[in-house]
Amino acid sequence: MIRYVAKRLGISLLILLLGSLLLFVLVINSGDPLEDLRESNAPNRENLISQRIAYMRLDDPWYERYLTWLKGAAGCIVGQCDLGVDRKGQNVGAMVANAAGSTLRLVVLATVFAIVIGVTLGIITAIRQYSGFDYAVTFMAFVFFSLPVFWFAVLLKHYAAIEFNNWIVDAQISPPTIVIASAVLAFILVAALGGDWKRRLISFAVAFLVFGGALFYFDAVTWFRRPSIGLPIFAIVALAIAALVIAMSTGFGNKAVRNAVATTSVVGIVAYGLLRGTLMTNPSTGLLALCLLAAIATALISGFLWGGFSRRQAIGASFVWAILGSLLALADLVLSNWASYLKTQRRPIPTVGSETPNYDSTYWNHFIDGATHLVLPTIVLTLISVAAYTRYTRASMLDVLNQDYIRTARSKGISERKVITKHAFRNSLIPLATIVAFDFAGLIGGAVITETVFGWQGMGNMFNVGLNQVDPMPVMAFFLVTGTAAVVMNMVADLAYAFLDPRITR
Amino acid sequence: MSQDPNNLISEREEDLQFSIEDDVQGTNTKSYSQGQLVRRRFFRHKGAMIALAMLILIVLVSFTSIGVGPLPGWWDKNYLDPYPSVNGGQPTLQLWPFQIGEHPLGQNTIGKDYFALVMKGAQQSLFIAFAVGLLATFLGTAIGAIAGYVRGFTEAILMRMTDLFIIIPTLVLAAVLGRMAGSSIVLLALVLGLVSWTGLARLVRGEVLSLREREFVAAARAVGTPTPRIIVRHILPNALGTIVVNATLLISAAILLETGLSFLGFGVKAPNTSLGLLVSEYQNALTTRPWLFWWPGMLILAIALCVNFIGDGLRDAFDPRQQMD
Repeated sequence: MIRYVAKRLGISLLILLLGSLLLFVLVINSGDPLEDLRESNAPNRENLISQRIAYMRLDDPWYERYLTWLKGAAGCIVGQCDLGVDRKGQNVGAMVANAAGSTLRLVVLATVFAIVIGVTLGIITAIRQYSGFDYAVTFMAFVFFSLPVFWFAVLLKHYAAIEFNNWIVDAQISPPTIVIASAVLAFILVAALGGDWKRRLISFAVAFLVFGGALFYFDAVTWFRRPSIGLPIFAIVALAIAALVIAMSTGFGNKAVRNAVATTSVVGIVAYGLLRGTLMTNPSTGLLALCLLAAIATALISGFLWGGFSRRQAIGASFVWAILGSLLALADLVLSNWASYLKTQRRPIPTVGSETPNYDSTYWNHFIDGATHLVLPTIVLTLISVAAYTRYTRASMLDVLNQDYIRTARSKGISERKVITKHAFRNSLIPLATIVAFDFAGLIGGAVITETVFGWQGMGNMFNVGLNQVDPMPVMAFFLVTGTAAVVMNMVADLAYAFLDPRITR
Repeated sequence: MSQDPNNLISEREEDLQFSIEDDVQGTNTKSYSQGQLVRRRFFRHKGAMIALAMLILIVLVSFTSIGVGPLPGWWDKNYLDPYPSVNGGQPTLQLWPFQIGEHPLGQNTIGKDYFALVMKGAQQSLFIAFAVGLLATFLGTAIGAIAGYVRGFTEAILMRMTDLFIIIPTLVLAAVLGRMAGSSIVLLALVLGLVSWTGLARLVRGEVLSLREREFVAAARAVGTPTPRIIVRHILPNALGTIVVNATLLISAAILLETGLSFLGFGVKAPNTSLGLLVSEYQNALTTRPWLFWWPGMLILAIALCVNFIGDGLRDAFDPRQQMD
């Protein structure tokens, strides 16, 4: 296994090296870096030209410029990055530090959302093959697949964001809207659940009443302006997640896994109840990270202690709960601070930039500010790659469901739920591991366009400006970050592959 | 020589075969060749048929309306001259009561007929998409087939080259090359074709790797068939499904890539026009003249959607597990 990974890593690094050489040569030959100065009428034109020649080292042969860059970039391994200067003499390394954070946050978030939503939809459509729900999701997947990114981004910016900002001012939902929205939501839910007509009618009625009641309640207390989850509901939802995790991993029959997840979730809920006050009043990134690490440690320990014969599943299931429970706690904290954020930002969904400039406020308001800036670009990127994931998961799940071992499992009388969660689900994920890495490169490309539309100062913008000005250093920095990220994603995909399909390691 | 006892058995086997064949003919089922099966399945795929009809309509309208090059079209306005403003430049197209009016898709900010302009853009985008699709399919098939069949050092070189093109995002490579290509449409199509073949090359190689171990390839090699002929006549026809399906995906990806590049300013440039360039040009007109933004975007979406649906129909048609009737 280690040899396999090392070999792949070596080849990837070699390709990264060749890729940087190719890109460097292409960029410096893509145009005239002095074009704008040649046409300018500035009195100090000669000065400016000689200054730019000095910054860009235009008098040196191209291979010397490339080797200098390579030497500086190789220094990153030992922590002394030198990515050169752009044509104005600004240090590219300092620019990258800011830009890489915002772009990678965007791309990783979009990947995670796309995988979660796409896999869920893919599995449901495969189980309900040739149903109305299947056709509807397939059609929508095709539409998203064919959507021009920039066009959709502009539309979203213009309609979704501005409409939402107008609506949030008084956050009123009119009764007809409540009726229509809950009917539509209930219809989608019923279509996904399936069953015979009687069951469908009953679940539609129940879902309609629940959604309608919830929306009515939210409207009455203007929940969307002052949302909160509160500890009791947090505890209930957290326990529901625990039940779901157990059902999805081994089922309730396995005592070890059941006890491990139960212990983790009870400890997690009690700890959050105790810590909530502190987290609300004086939070910090370090404290949040510490809480996450503590949750993971608890999960690993309880999984290890309760595990017994199914130690691996117990650790895995409680680990999944720890992550989901931490996210839920974070959502609770964010929602509790939403009201104070709305006071400072009257129009909460911004359409430009990755953060509000000169925004002086509390930690949580800054956190929400970053999150709201992420909303629109993430939606754009997610919708575009969610289509591919839905299609691939559906195809691979259908493939698995037609295998002999699924028929064997069914013929033994195992319930359909167990057939799908225990026998089909994990096997259907195997081919997806390779697609994730492939999709990542596409998302980086999508991020270049998305950042342009939303005016982000990210990696995509650096690439865009650098290429426009025939300035190789920012473009090379872009390639260094995205190429490394792609190599890392490939590695993760390989490891996930080995985890999902143990035959590979043998 | 004494009588061979096996002869009897083989004769009996022949008898048996005859009777089976008689039975097959007796059940009166018509047999189809592989190509006929695929064609029949494709023509019965409703979604693909609707998409094909729509795509043909779009292609016909965009190429005949304003004409191609020196050939005139049936639309009485061109995309270069400004016309007097009708109705504030708003679209005159009405669905009920149906009327086309003077400027069905409206006029742009300086009064040019937007229908003619959008059709010109569609022509360019369609040309680039299909040229890129053809070129990339050819390159991907050739590289994948050679790598898969020849193996060894050639394969290593070709596949590492593929990895090299994959690690640089397609859009990035296309942007750099597109900037070099300048404003020439043909050059841009060439450049985009040169960067889009990677995925297909990997798929074709995988297919060829399994096909080259089959008996019919060994038989062809045994009678001394030259390697190029084995690849072209014996292996590639069996990989046709993968190639055709991915060719359609390449076309839809190419139209999105071209429009994306033109939006960023690295694709089609100003005196020329394309659907992506039109969207980019009028993205700030959404509040004042929304039709300038909607039409080209909808057309991009429609073309890509049609091509994707046709690809889906082809995938089903080439899938041997699909049953007829």
